[in-house]
Amino acid sequence: MRVSRGMRVFRVANLVFLLVVVFLTLYPFLNILAQSFSSEGFINAGQVNLFPMGFNIETYKLILADSTFWRNYGNTVLYTVVATAISMVLTTSFAYAIAKKDLKGRSVFIGIAVFTMFFNGGLIPNYVLISSLGLRNTLWAVVLPNAISVFNLLIMKSFFENMPRELEEAAAIDGLSQYGVLFKVVLPLSKAIVATMVLFYAVANWNSWFQAFLYLDKPELFPVTIYLRNMIAGVTTAGSAGGTAENMGQIAANIQSVTIVLTVIPILCVYPFVQKYFFSGVMLGSVKE
Amino acid sequence: MAMRLEVPPESVPRDTEAGAQKPRNKPGGWKLAIKRDWRLYTLVLLPLAYFGVFRYLPMAGNVIAFRQFQPGGNIFGEKWVGLKYVTLFINDPSFWQAFQNTVILGVLTLLFCFPMPIIFALLLNELRSEKFKKLIQTVTYLPHFMSVVIIAGMILQNFSMTGTVNQIANTVFGTTVNFTQDAAWFRPMYISSEVWQTMGWGAILYLAALTRVDESLYEAARIDGANRWQQTWHVTLPAIRPTIITLLILNIGTFMAVGFEKILLIYNPLNYATSDVISTYLYRVGLESSNFSYAAAIGMFESVIGLTLILSANGISKRLAGTSLW
Repeated sequence: MRVSRGMRVFRVANLVFLLVVVFLTLYPFLNILAQSFSSEGFINAGQVNLFPMGFNIETYKLILADSTFWRNYGNTVLYTVVATAISMVLTTSFAYAIAKKDLKGRSVFIGIAVFTMFFNGGLIPNYVLISSLGLRNTLWAVVLPNAISVFNLLIMKSFFENMPRELEEAAAIDGLSQYGVLFKVVLPLSKAIVATMVLFYAVANWNSWFQAFLYLDKPELFPVTIYLRNMIAGVTTAGSAGGTAENMGQIAANIQSVTIVLTVIPILCVYPFVQKYFFSGVMLGSVKE
Repeated sequence: MAMRLEVPPESVPRDTEAGAQKPRNKPGGWKLAIKRDWRLYTLVLLPLAYFGVFRYLPMAGNVIAFRQFQPGGNIFGEKWVGLKYVTLFINDPSFWQAFQNTVILGVLTLLFCFPMPIIFALLLNELRSEKFKKLIQTVTYLPHFMSVVIIAGMILQNFSMTGTVNQIANTVFGTTVNFTQDAAWFRPMYISSEVWQTMGWGAILYLAALTRVDESLYEAARIDGANRWQQTWHVTLPAIRPTIITLLILNIGTFMAVGFEKILLIYNPLNYATSDVISTYLYRVGLESSNFSYAAAIGMFESVIGLTLILSANGISKRLAGTSLW
C-alpha cells in the first residue's frame, strides 16, 4: 500500500544483488564440476567456465581406478568414524557432568575447558608431544589431539542444563543411579543434540587435513584430503617451472577437479541435514536464557 | 537476552567466585560430594585426562622456548638457555616481515570480513519472500562446510593463468596476471576468498538477532516519521549491537591466527613478501628446519599476543558497551 518508489527500486536492486552473491558463491563449485568433465585442451585454453567443454570422463575413470585414492578415501572414512565416536563419548560425558549445577568443582572443570579456547600450547609443543608419545604414523595422531571441541561441549552443556530437572529427579526416585539417568532418561531424550554433535564432529573430521599432514608420513595412511593437498602442491611447483610444466599443471587441474568433486560428494549428501542442525546448534550455543 | 557465541555462559569466572563464597564449601564437603556424585566424577575423568595431556601439557611444553631442545629428546628440552631464542627472533628480519604481514592481513580481515556478514544479513532481512531468503542462505553457507584443502584448490584454479579471474581480466583489460605467484596480489586474493568463504555463515547469528527485534519499535519509529533507512540506523543496528560486539571481540581474539592452514596451502616462496605470516614462518622454522626451541619462542609470543588482545577487547567492551564474553 504505502510502498514508495524508492523502496521498490531498493527491493529490486537488493534482490538482484543477492542473486549475484548466490551466483558468485556457487560459481567456483560449478567451475570445478565443469572442469572435472572437460578435456584438457579446453582447460588449457582457459575456456571452461560454467559448462564442461569437450566432455570427458577419462579422468574420473583414472582416479576411480587409482588404488591409492581408494585407500585414502577409506582412511578418511575410518578416521571420521573413529574420531567422531571418541569425541562423542568424551564430549557427552563431560557436558553431562558439568551441566549439573550442584556438582562440586564444576566451575573448575568448566574453567579448565574454557581456558583452552583462548590459549593453546601452539604448534611446536603439540608436535613434540605427539612425537614423544609415539603417536606419529598412527591413527591416534589424527583422532586424539582435537577430540573435544570446547564449542561443541558448551552447546551440549547448555542443552543438558535446559532439560527439565523433574525428569531426572523422578528417575532418581525410581532408583536409577546417575549412570541410569544418563543412559535411560537423558540420552534417549537428547537425540537431536546428539545427532547435531555427530554431524559437527563428522564434518570437521572429514574435512581435516592438518593433523594428518603433520603426523603421517606413509602414503597408505593418508586421508583423501592429503591426497588432494599433494596434488595441489604439485601443481604449484609445476606451474612455477613454466613452459611444458605449465601444461602438466593444467592437466593436473582436471585431475584435481575430479578429486575435489569426489571428496565433496559426501558433504553434499549430508548438507541438507548438516545445515539445518548446524543452524540450530549455533543458535543453541549462542542464545543464553 | 544477551548473545553469546563460542563462549561460556556468562557464568564461567563468575561461577568460580560465587562457588568460593558458598557455605557448602565447608571442610568435608569434598568427601560428601564424592560420596554422592562419584559416578559423575568418573564421567569427568577421561575428558580431564584429555585436556591435561593434549591441551595443558603443550602449554607447559612451551618452556622449550627457554631451553635447548634436541629432536627426540625430552619434551621440555635439555638445558636452560634463558632468553636466547627470544632475542634471536627479535633480531630476525624474517620474523618481523611475517609479523607485519600478520598484522596487515589481520586488519584487512577485520575491515572486510567482519562487516560483510552484517550488511549481508541486513539486506537478506529486507527480502519479503521467506522462501528466497532460505534459498539464498542455504547456498551461501556452502563454502563454510568445505575442507580448507578444497577451498585452496578452488582458489588456485580460479586465480591461475587460465582461470576465471584471468579470463575476465583478459576480456576487460586485455592483460593477464600471475595472481598466485605475485606478491602484490596475495592480499586481494586471500581477502576476497576469505569473504567468499565466511560471509554467508557469518550472517546466521545476525539474522537470528534480527528476528528478535521488537516489532513495536519499528511501529514507534514509523509513527515518529522515520524512513526505512532511519529505522535501520536507529532501531535495527542498536538492537543487534550486542551480537556485533560479541563477534567483534571473538574476531579480535583470533586476529593473530589469520588463516594459517589456508595460507600454508596457497602461498609459495614467490609471494612470501606478503603472504608469510607468523604461524607459517614458525611452521617452516620449526618443522621444516627443525629449530624447535626457536619456533616455540615465536609461537608463544603469538599466543600471548592473542590472549592479550582478547582480554583487552573484552575489557574495553565491558566498560564501554556493557557487553562482554564473560
